[in-house]
Amino acid sequence: MENEKTHTYEIMEVCLLAGKIMLQSGGETYRVEDTMMRIAAAFGIENSHSYVTPTGIIFSAEGAEPTKTKLIRISSRSTDLKKVAMVNSISRQITNGEINLQSAHTLLKELEDLNVTFPFIIQVVAASIASGCFMIMFRGEWNDFIPSMVTGGLGYFGFLYFHRFIPVKFFSEFLASFIIGFIALVLVKVGVGSQLDKIIIGSVMTLVPGLLVTNAVRDLMAGHLVSGLSKGAEALLTAFAIGSGIAVVLSYL
Amino acid sequence: MDILGQLITSFIATAAFGVIFNAPKETLVKCGLVGMGGWIIYYIAEKYTGDSVLATLLATLFVGIVSQELAKFSKTPVIIFSVAGIIPLVPGGLAYDTMRNFVEDDYFHALALGAKVTLLSGSIAFGLVFSEVINQVIRKIRRNKVFRI
Repeated sequence: MENEKTHTYEIMEVCLLAGKIMLQSGGETYRVEDTMMRIAAAFGIENSHSYVTPTGIIFSAEGAEPTKTKLIRISSRSTDLKKVAMVNSISRQITNGEINLQSAHTLLKELEDLNVTFPFIIQVVAASIASGCFMIMFRGEWNDFIPSMVTGGLGYFGFLYFHRFIPVKFFSEFLASFIIGFIALVLVKVGVGSQLDKIIIGSVMTLVPGLLVTNAVRDLMAGHLVSGLSKGAEALLTAFAIGSGIAVVLSYL
Repeated sequence: MDILGQLITSFIATAAFGVIFNAPKETLVKCGLVGMGGWIIYYIAEKYTGDSVLATLLATLFVGIVSQELAKFSKTPVIIFSVAGIIPLVPGGLAYDTMRNFVEDDYFHALALGAKVTLLSGSIAFGLVFSEVINQVIRKIRRNKVFRI
């Protein structure tokens, strides 16, 4: 009896760890719930319930003994699709019966502390290239390509840099879009860039909460009302931060 | 020539977004292709119909269906392909114009643009959900055929 109890707790631990990593890396709500239930079912817990919101997971497992429930808090969220894919493949291995409970736990623990992101410089370079390309896609002129690369790159650099020592995401987004607006304005005033609007739009695209907005509406349509609304609120905050950063530049400088 | 420039830039932009979102390295090219396809459908449809909502819907449908197939093929979550593919379609430019009009005290235009932004993001979400439904229907039809044989 006692043995079985600890066993259930261990299974729940693995489920919650997988769910936590996925949610922190930007996985969709339904995928997190689905993954946790699949892992639980693979280890023999037929009836499990999960309640996933962007800020926390409640998971309970039914069995012969009284139902056990655990809560886990999610405090930081980012987009790290590689981790989502890695957790997905671990859960696939579990459901195929390729790895047991202990090794799944160690694998997930390793994954949690693993840093699989691209290096800082590569992210900034990617952001600056993306900014230039977006400027062309929004029907800008080719002579603005280099200016928007510079603005977008510096803006994203500012975002990553500020985010390291200011934990408030809103503020680092605000500062980043302020930098973008300011540099674009300077470049246009100096005569390097020609269309201020296009340069700013192209550069700001790297900060725009496109992922959040679409995930929010998808969650709402799938019936995850709470997480849909809270993701929508986060997206709205981000959009507001970007808009006000640009607005400060446009109206006061 | 114009289309060629759009093809190249949308491919590079989407792949670069894959890097920012830290998609696995081996999926980056596929992400770029998905984004390129979606953007070209949007670009052409918008040019000929003049209706950006319809164009966004068509492009998102394409992105959704292709990324589901790719995800099944390479055994990775759908989100990796769909997110990168959708990024070019997000109405960032319009959202910027909305904010700019608000700042310049032109609330009338700002509200009109804001409504358009809402419609466009709604059509992105609708396209994603719709493509998921289409995929499930296709899967069911295939399964039934297997049963019959």
